[in-house]
Amino acid sequence: MTNRYGTADDEGLDARDSSETVGTVSVRNLKLSFDDVAILEDISLTVEPGEFVGFVGPNGAGKTTLLRAISGALEPDAGRVTIDGVDIHDVSSQASSRLVSVVPQDTSLSFSFPVRDVVEMGRHPHRSRFSPPTREDRDAVDRALERTRTEALADRPIDEVSGGQRQRVVLARAVAQETPALLLDEPTGSLDINHQVETLELVRELVDSGRAVCAAIHDLDLAARYCDRVVMLADGGVRRTGAPEAVLSAETLSDVFNSNAAVTENPVTGTSTVTALPAAESADFDGGRKTETHTPTDGGRKTETHTPTVPDRVHILGSGSAAVGVVARLRNADVETSLGPVPSGDIAAETARRLEIERIEAPPFDSLSESHLGELEQAISESDAVVLADVQISSGNQLVLEAVDAAEPLVVIETRSFEDRHFAGEEAKELYETCRVSALEASVERVLEAVSRATTEDVDFAGPNGRESSEPAKSTTNPTETNSPESSNPPGR
Amino acid sequence: MKRSVRTVTWSAGLTCLLVAVVVVSAGLGSVWIEPTTVGMAILNAIVIPTGIAIESGSLPVVGWSVPVPGLEYAGVFSFDVSATNQVIVETLRLPRIALAATVGFSLAAAGTVMQGFFRNPLADPSIIGVSSGAAAGAVAAIAFPALIPFGGLHLAAFVGALGTAFLVYAIATEGGRTPVATLLLAGVAVQAFLGAAISYMLVYSGDDLREAVIWMMGHLHNSSWGDVAFALPISVVGVLILGGFTREMNVLLLGEEDAHHLGVNVERTKLFLLALASIITAAGVAVAGVIGFVGLVVPHIMRLIVGPDHRILLPTSALAGASFLVATDTIARLDSVSLPLGIEFGMPVVPVGIVTAALGAPFFLFLLTRREVHSV
Repeated sequence: MTNRYGTADDEGLDARDSSETVGTVSVRNLKLSFDDVAILEDISLTVEPGEFVGFVGPNGAGKTTLLRAISGALEPDAGRVTIDGVDIHDVSSQASSRLVSVVPQDTSLSFSFPVRDVVEMGRHPHRSRFSPPTREDRDAVDRALERTRTEALADRPIDEVSGGQRQRVVLARAVAQETPALLLDEPTGSLDINHQVETLELVRELVDSGRAVCAAIHDLDLAARYCDRVVMLADGGVRRTGAPEAVLSAETLSDVFNSNAAVTENPVTGTSTVTALPAAESADFDGGRKTETHTPTDGGRKTETHTPTVPDRVHILGSGSAAVGVVARLRNADVETSLGPVPSGDIAAETARRLEIERIEAPPFDSLSESHLGELEQAISESDAVVLADVQISSGNQLVLEAVDAAEPLVVIETRSFEDRHFAGEEAKELYETCRVSALEASVERVLEAVSRATTEDVDFAGPNGRESSEPAKSTTNPTETNSPESSNPPGR
Repeated sequence: MKRSVRTVTWSAGLTCLLVAVVVVSAGLGSVWIEPTTVGMAILNAIVIPTGIAIESGSLPVVGWSVPVPGLEYAGVFSFDVSATNQVIVETLRLPRIALAATVGFSLAAAGTVMQGFFRNPLADPSIIGVSSGAAAGAVAAIAFPALIPFGGLHLAAFVGALGTAFLVYAIATEGGRTPVATLLLAGVAVQAFLGAAISYMLVYSGDDLREAVIWMMGHLHNSSWGDVAFALPISVVGVLILGGFTREMNVLLLGEEDAHHLGVNVERTKLFLLALASIITAAGVAVAGVIGFVGLVVPHIMRLIVGPDHRILLPTSALAGASFLVATDTIARLDSVSLPLGIEFGMPVVPVGIVTAALGAPFFLFLLTRREVHSV
């Protein structure tokens, strides 16, 4: 095959620069099996120059196998992989290593080569056996060290640098290889969050300089944040492919990963963030078992005769991350939810918008209008229960508490003390206290259980003593226990 | 310091060390000869071919005398050295010293390649059964001379060594791939089998037992220039070719898949390295028997000193191995030492393998405690 990368002794390729190495990665009808067990079935995809494609999917979906097939390390049973028009499985390893470089999941680097020598190994495909390194080779190594910000480490032995630095060195080696395509297998797998972001920022720079990049990434949030496109693999096939927001939907995730996940928008990065939820919070929530577990603390009373059922519809009043947590969890359990009134632009309002949840939005810093209160009363009357999630009380919205007071099954969630959320007078405080007395107190994690119990027990067990909860005091004294779906809590909330 | 400069500096230094060790060794023995005299005698021994001469030879079997073309040699130097000293150095001591240097050079280079190849610090030149094969061939030739019709001991050992290496490689190869772990285990299994065969032959070798056991302990006595002429070209050419593969050896340290991604034709390179390392090992073992420790420890010692980069490690290990074996064999061969100032003492003659281990192990342990050990 005649191509500028085609043959080992092609002189023409010494002249090119890393920023000019472009080529499309094309996978056509790839099939691969190990000992009759099909690992990849009929996979087709294309990665254009300057595109970052993330392979996501559960363990065993074939992410690593696909990467190894693209790199030429594995010979497929059928189908072909071309990079810049060259079939990667038809050419020598030297020719293929001029087309595609690989950052493996783990490299055995337990010997004391200086970092520069490790990066120089990336030049191996470009060098002939007996010639010393050329100017071009040395420049490529210097550029790779500079790009990955590892110049300072150049003379340090590789086995004496940290894990994050080591990953950058392996990346530098791949950069020095100056290939149009770059494959990364779990590039952030063993790194702390700081180095994860640092590594992917570097990869992003390489993508922007024109490389076609594929990476197997198990961290869906990072995939959503850095990839142009996400390929969802499951059972050896491409399940979905497209922009991260489109692929990483709760439906696809629950289908592919066989678990419950809430997909929300990360308030810091503005990209999708995925939070896996335990199976117990799913729609087939086994409320009876949980209630029984807590029977001793209930003084052995009657609870075992009740199997709380998940309510159909719940209204949520509140804002901030506590409200987000409640919205995501209830929705995940297939409870129809409504939210509000909530200030426009609040994280809870944004989450509800993304999850397409009915909501009453009010202009921030403004008093509530009659129409908002009307909508609220309407929503509460249609709901089986109301959750107060860190409600903030100001003189402008204390009227909502009057509306809530009428509602019967009530759950209150407090991750911050009332004083921190109270900006109105004594009257509002009394209203809130009245609500609280008749409410079941819970943490964000247990909100589903709490609304189930509140609706069930309301029939024969309501009143001043209804506040018995699974964890009465904890929810207020230990705010760290409540996890919102954001991986990082938004500042100022 | 730049790597190429380091390589040249270290290689030159170790070459000087080798020359010094050779000169001192050739002077030591029951008669002490001054280093300058030894130097002159060695230079006197150097001859170059100057032309073709017709000699008379006799045809084998029939015994007719026929003219045979041969090379005419002429000495390059003619220093004034007494005839006795010239004979002691050139004929008695130097063949053994040259053979020790050759064998040490081969074994240390092969050990370096095998340790890097297997990424295993316990790998030695015989890891795929080369020494066992050589021993089996040699013991068979000693115990049952009738079974080995041509060439005798050296050829039997050489063929046994290479045959075993090929067998192990063939067993471990499936579908064009030779996993290193399979190779290692196949080597262990074949060595065990050959060990049984050797023991069997020893049991029934009768009067030849002693000769066979001494061969297997490693021996450099009775060395002749013919042994050197057999082993030296193979070793030097083999190590020079291996020198062209040092970058591949470095890249292979990263693992085979990484090496493939960096443009190394992994299976072909593995076969090539294995074949070359086995050939130079076989050349050494065929003439000197199984001399342990040199191929295992000299590469480790040099790795601790110069680092893991094969571009510098391979030449320095080979040169250090040559010096090491010359030095240890000197101690092994001496029965009495006479030095200037009337110092004279006797010492036991022992197989060289005992000395290599007895001196090499403590030195290696000393280095281990002084330097941080990195894996291969």
